[in-house]
Amino acid sequence: MSRVAIVGVGYTDFRSITPEVSWKEIMYKAASRAYHDAGINPRQHVDSFITCAEDYWEGFSIFDEFTPDQMGAVLRPMITTCGDGIHGLANAFMQIKTGMMDIVAVESHSKISDLITYRDVVLFSFDPVYNRPLGGHPYYIAGMEMRKYLETTYTTEEQCAHVVVKNKKNALSNPTAGHEADITVDAVMESQPFFEPLKHLDIAPLSDGAIVLIVASEEKAKELTDSPIWIKGIGWASDTPWLEQREWSQALYTKLAAKKAYKMAHMSYPPKEIDFVEIDDKFSYKELQHIEACGLCPPGTAGPLVTEGYFDPGGALPVNVSGGSLGCGNLIDASGLQRTMEIVLQLRGDAGSRQLEGETGLAASWRGVPTASGACIILGV
Amino acid sequence: MEHVACVGAGMTIFSRRLKETGKEMCYEAVRMALEEAELELKDIDTVVCGTAPDAFDGIHMKGENLLDGCGGSKKTYMRVFTGGGTGVLAPIAGWWHVASGLSDVCLVVCEEKMSSCFPHPQSAFAHIWDPILERPLNPNLVWIFAMEMNRYMHVHNIKKEDIALVSVKNKKNALDHPSAQLAANITVDDVLNSEVMAWPVQRLDISPPSDGAAAMIFAREDVVHSITDNPVWVEGVGWCIDSTMWTNRDLYFPQYVAKAAKMAYRMAGIHNPFKDIDVAEPYDPFDYKELHHMEGLLLCKKGEAANLTKEGVTQRDGDLPTCPSGGLLGVGNPIAATMGVKACEIYWQLAGKAGKRQVPDARTGVCQAWGDLMQYGSVMVMRS
Amino acid sequence: MEKYPGEALSLEEMKKVTQEKWSPRVKYAWSCGEAMSRFLNELKKGKLIGRKCHTCGRVIFPPKMFCEICFKPTDEWVYLPDTGTVMTYSASYLDKDANRITEPILVGVIAIDGASEDMGIMHYFGEMTADEITFGKKVQAVWKPEKERTGSVTDIKWFKPLKE
Repeated sequence: MSRVAIVGVGYTDFRSITPEVSWKEIMYKAASRAYHDAGINPRQHVDSFITCAEDYWEGFSIFDEFTPDQMGAVLRPMITTCGDGIHGLANAFMQIKTGMMDIVAVESHSKISDLITYRDVVLFSFDPVYNRPLGGHPYYIAGMEMRKYLETTYTTEEQCAHVVVKNKKNALSNPTAGHEADITVDAVMESQPFFEPLKHLDIAPLSDGAIVLIVASEEKAKELTDSPIWIKGIGWASDTPWLEQREWSQALYTKLAAKKAYKMAHMSYPPKEIDFVEIDDKFSYKELQHIEACGLCPPGTAGPLVTEGYFDPGGALPVNVSGGSLGCGNLIDASGLQRTMEIVLQLRGDAGSRQLEGETGLAASWRGVPTASGACIILGV
Repeated sequence: MEHVACVGAGMTIFSRRLKETGKEMCYEAVRMALEEAELELKDIDTVVCGTAPDAFDGIHMKGENLLDGCGGSKKTYMRVFTGGGTGVLAPIAGWWHVASGLSDVCLVVCEEKMSSCFPHPQSAFAHIWDPILERPLNPNLVWIFAMEMNRYMHVHNIKKEDIALVSVKNKKNALDHPSAQLAANITVDDVLNSEVMAWPVQRLDISPPSDGAAAMIFAREDVVHSITDNPVWVEGVGWCIDSTMWTNRDLYFPQYVAKAAKMAYRMAGIHNPFKDIDVAEPYDPFDYKELHHMEGLLLCKKGEAANLTKEGVTQRDGDLPTCPSGGLLGVGNPIAATMGVKACEIYWQLAGKAGKRQVPDARTGVCQAWGDLMQYGSVMVMRS
Repeated sequence: MEKYPGEALSLEEMKKVTQEKWSPRVKYAWSCGEAMSRFLNELKKGKLIGRKCHTCGRVIFPPKMFCEICFKPTDEWVYLPDTGTVMTYSASYLDKDANRITEPILVGVIAIDGASEDMGIMHYFGEMTADEITFGKKVQAVWKPEKERTGSVTDIKWFKPLKE
């Protein structure tokens, strides 16, 4: 059966604020670059367009309305996925697999700096009867989950701090990153407690940015490029939305999503078959939790492994060499595309000074507090 | 491409206010669909949720909140959203989940709880407008329809009394629909005498906001025959969006609907829509919209839809029964959950399960939804 | 006829069921970006400005930095007259919260002269009654005094019939 590949990448820098461009203009920039990279004209060659967005991040009811022009999608098939960028890629994958589409453009962006009351909007996503009336800053949910994860897996706060140090340092080699820094574990441990045990530096700061990926059928991919990056497997899943019924120590949604992706990719032992990983780290502990959920190491071992340098760029399984969300900034629902984009650049050999060796990469996303939804994609040459 | 069929559907009643929460409405619609298909939730491997602005339910990322009611917990779950077009776009997404080979059985659930929005769901529509060009003018949603309706009437010289016939037809058709909120025997005069909202739109030209949910189950060909001997096949799908700038186009004809229709008809092998299609469910949030969309669906020439209505062609016993369910005008308009009177209706019609609304010998049907700022068309063709 | 699930409530009954109320604090400050920033600044000066795409030749109004048909950047700024023709209109007896009003708000789409065909904006009509508006009528912008303009579409009060 015909394969599906990523043939074009376009992106803007990831910065805390982008006052000089509107959300339309930032999308246009990323889209133009992606079409140029793929060598296509959206008005002639792209069969379908997909954006990943949520109304309240943008400030519009029906954000869908404000997307086609800057993507080149006027009078074309287009949809909005209310999901992470990898959910959008999943739709593109499926549309191409039906045989109906050959080339699909997938976009996601964060213009979160336009949102003044971020905390209130995140709180607005909580269950209106059971959770929201408690008020407070919604990130306490992540604090509670971290507490449970640390207790169940015997991971320590210091080990989580290592994740912050690693990712921010990795970001120094990533020209698009917005929150790069060379800091120490002590600096993280001494940073102000916010939602104990989460400290200030454990939390990825917000960033703006836009990313567009061009997905194509095998036939078209081979016409367009000598280095198509094949989607070997993709999976997405959601755990229960009820906070009260979740199993807090593990990221079940990532486990289920990864399982589906591995099955599609015919992988029987992922830790050996995956060369590098880009995984969600909106909070430091999340990186460790997600690595374990992907089955890349047994539960409770990610903490010790990160301190040993196992997940460093020079380690046995590099994780988040791009800097992740801690280093690049939290791109909200565009985070998954940022992860995927990094894998694509690595596999193409276009990762500059942070280039890694390898033929297969995994990107995994999470939609953030209070969701238990995520997606995984496995890419290879 | 896998051949995909609908094997079951369900919906709640549509009402201005339902007691059930959003999750509960989803659950009821899903339960009904699973019962009809004689399946259990464990037989479903992917779930697609279609639901329109979060502002109505009052929950940001409401797709995440609703997912358990949709049966998506611990499953492969995705939400899609294209404003009012979601009612047909969500089943199209369900179709591609299965047609791609990724899923054997996909459950599609659409939900809307407009009554949560106080003082009136209209207020949520304040945020569909461009913040720079339009919001400072304090627009009301009805204005944009009024302007489109006025343009349509002007270009084709159509009178209000001819358009009002659609409202009369659909509200009457809805008397036979178990979910109907607005079924009634009204007359053209009732419409013409109803309160003017924004000329030329009057109260009885419009479908009011509703709460409701609907569900459909799609399955792959190999699997279909073990579920039912009465499948309804998805033969064609199409969707299309036009530019954000609705003020930069002539509103008299929905080109985006025509493009979506052509996409679906090409796939379904339909060359003469009026002849090849036995029953149609175009999106009818306003009476003139049914006519506008009939033309967009290429079911007749531009400007001709009103004549077809006058001649009785679109009645249930006519040559092209249109909105036999009673549509949004008769049953209700819960934005995304209108799937219940569009895609579900075509399914029930073609499966011979439409009860008193049944159009005889319906083999091929088309349903269409419309959304955004006079911008989006989604079309699905089904055959039994 | 079988009954489908769901329990309808009247407005009175709605007040009696248990409810949880919430008013979200949702505030945004959208960056206007290059095109809209210039557009608004010109409005403050009492002028309308569009952008021209040299490839398709269209003069786009309101202006955009990219042409959505050619999918390339637009090429030059073009000042436009503040006159136009009525593309469509409505007389609204509802305000933005759907409350009834007795004096209708006259609103419509005006195709601005000098821009490409059908390039319109939505705005109010004034100094005419609902019966006097017609399709294709020529209209002219009525501006607020300079010191009252803030750089908003409301710097134009309304469009009135063009005096020949």
